[in-house]
Amino acid sequence: MSDIQLNNTLKTEGRLSRPSTPSRARTDRAAQRTFFIITLVPVALILIVAVALVVRAYPILNSYNLSDLLLGETWRPNNGEFGFRPFILGTLWVTTVGVLLAVPPCLLVSVYLAEYAHNRTRTIAKPILDVLAAIPPVVYGVWGLLSIVPFVDDVLAPLSERWFGSVSIFSVTQPTGFGILAGGIVLAVMISPLIISVIFEVLSTVPNDLRHASLAVGATKWQTIRTVVLPQVLPGIVAAIVLGASRALGETIAVLMVVGNVPNIPTSVFDTAYPLPALIANNYGEMMSIPLYDAALLGAALVLLVVILIFNILSTLVLQRFLRRS
Amino acid sequence: MKFQKKHFERRHIVELVIKTIMRLALFIVAGTLGLILWTIISRGLPSLSWEMVSQVPKGGYYMGKDGGILNAIIGSAYLATGGTLLAMILSVPIALYLKAYLGKSRWGDYVRLSLDVLWGIPSIVYGAFGFALMVLLGMRASLLAGIIVLALVELPIMTRAMDEVIRRMPSDLEHAALALGSTKFEVAINIITRQMLPGIITAILLAFGRGIGDAASVLFTAGYTDRIPTSLMNPTASLPLAVFFQLGSPYPEVRERGYAAALILTIAVLLVSFGSRWLAARLNRYTIK
Repeated sequence: MSDIQLNNTLKTEGRLSRPSTPSRARTDRAAQRTFFIITLVPVALILIVAVALVVRAYPILNSYNLSDLLLGETWRPNNGEFGFRPFILGTLWVTTVGVLLAVPPCLLVSVYLAEYAHNRTRTIAKPILDVLAAIPPVVYGVWGLLSIVPFVDDVLAPLSERWFGSVSIFSVTQPTGFGILAGGIVLAVMISPLIISVIFEVLSTVPNDLRHASLAVGATKWQTIRTVVLPQVLPGIVAAIVLGASRALGETIAVLMVVGNVPNIPTSVFDTAYPLPALIANNYGEMMSIPLYDAALLGAALVLLVVILIFNILSTLVLQRFLRRS
Repeated sequence: MKFQKKHFERRHIVELVIKTIMRLALFIVAGTLGLILWTIISRGLPSLSWEMVSQVPKGGYYMGKDGGILNAIIGSAYLATGGTLLAMILSVPIALYLKAYLGKSRWGDYVRLSLDVLWGIPSIVYGAFGFALMVLLGMRASLLAGIIVLALVELPIMTRAMDEVIRRMPSDLEHAALALGSTKFEVAINIITRQMLPGIITAILLAFGRGIGDAASVLFTAGYTDRIPTSLMNPTASLPLAVFFQLGSPYPEVRERGYAAALILTIAVLLVSFGSRWLAARLNRYTIK
């Protein structure tokens, strides 16, 4: 290392001398201060984004009741009616379906990879999950449009009509295949890599002694997992799922392409929906001449941000506690 | 004794069943990836041509006439490169500060928490925030605005990925250097960055890949144009939006080219992903194990 410094000194000062200890200490202190200030940027950024949205959404929050905005059913910006209810419900439906579809396979896969799989299987599985995570949202949207929408229309809708025709949340309400179910399936695939990798990491914080103790008294592997490992990490698993849900809440382009974008109140998974991010993406940046429209859309972004921040902070705090133990 | 034996058998059957279901789940996940890639390749390949990647849209392109999406390819390259460079300026110091100065302190946990929260903010919210800011400053959709918003999207991804690898660096090296009298800054610059270079590059390329593919953040901020931008103030096209807009077209030929654009985007993202893995493996030779 001293050679490196010597070279650096030679280059900058042109004479053969080491920087003095006081000057190195000064550099260190200056660097520490600079790094500290840069580190404040992410902390400040959260506040800046939140404050900017509140300020820009203020006109609409000021002229309407918050409950009227959140629970209002009609969205007619031209008439000054801004009810977010269809959009909020649409977001909740799509996210819930996505998370419900994602959780069982994700749990199974992550437990398998953490507890059963050979190292070779893991080295094959990791790039698969990495690629799934790397595929851009818009490509997921194209896939949803080309494969999932026809699949829902041709396969799932007839199946549901035959077997669950009387159950209202499974009743087929419109004949296109676009809708909550298609959006949910696409979302489930998109959030899987995240959920799997987080649960995998949480599982690997369980000390091996516990597993060995359980196996030594004669339990099978599954018994060990069910009675020893999973109870240890249950909060971590819930946190991983909440993290996945928060990712699903904000997903825009992929959902927008398959969900139908009709602002109705959904009652069935085959209904179309119009989630908040899709509302923002489709309308923001144009039609700014309508009064309060711009504030209403930023209000939608604010609602989304608040829900996601709560989900995120809670799950991250739980996960930090888990992962620090290791 | 008999009862015990039966019990013994049942739990082994359960074990076998569970294991089979788990393997099945893994196959479903892997199979889904296969299905996605197959769909994109089989639908995108027929309309993929040299013309697509080497020409900008000509008159009537959006009605199915000649041209390509070079504008979007170059635009995305500019946007993602600019965003990544800008994010790097912040994320490298943050990651080094977390390791060399903060270690496992409480403040370090707060910084990590804030980065995780930033990571969770959806890119559409960054996009709306960026546009609101642009309106305030009287700016118009431009390459520069797109780069800044993309940098916001990439910053937490890059920093957290760097932090994850840097955190795993054994402290022995750090302690050895400190014991010899180095300052923490010298440790950060001379020891951590060299030892962790492969991880840092992987993190940068991970964020770059995310930047190429992100549509929601550049939707309002970068605009869309048929021309290749020549200055930071020009609006610019981007690949994800090229896919998105062409799919909305009533002309089947244009939609077909949207699928081809999706294939190009997928190939670009996969190249970045595998390239970073390969590069990290190569550079790993020069670190102390």
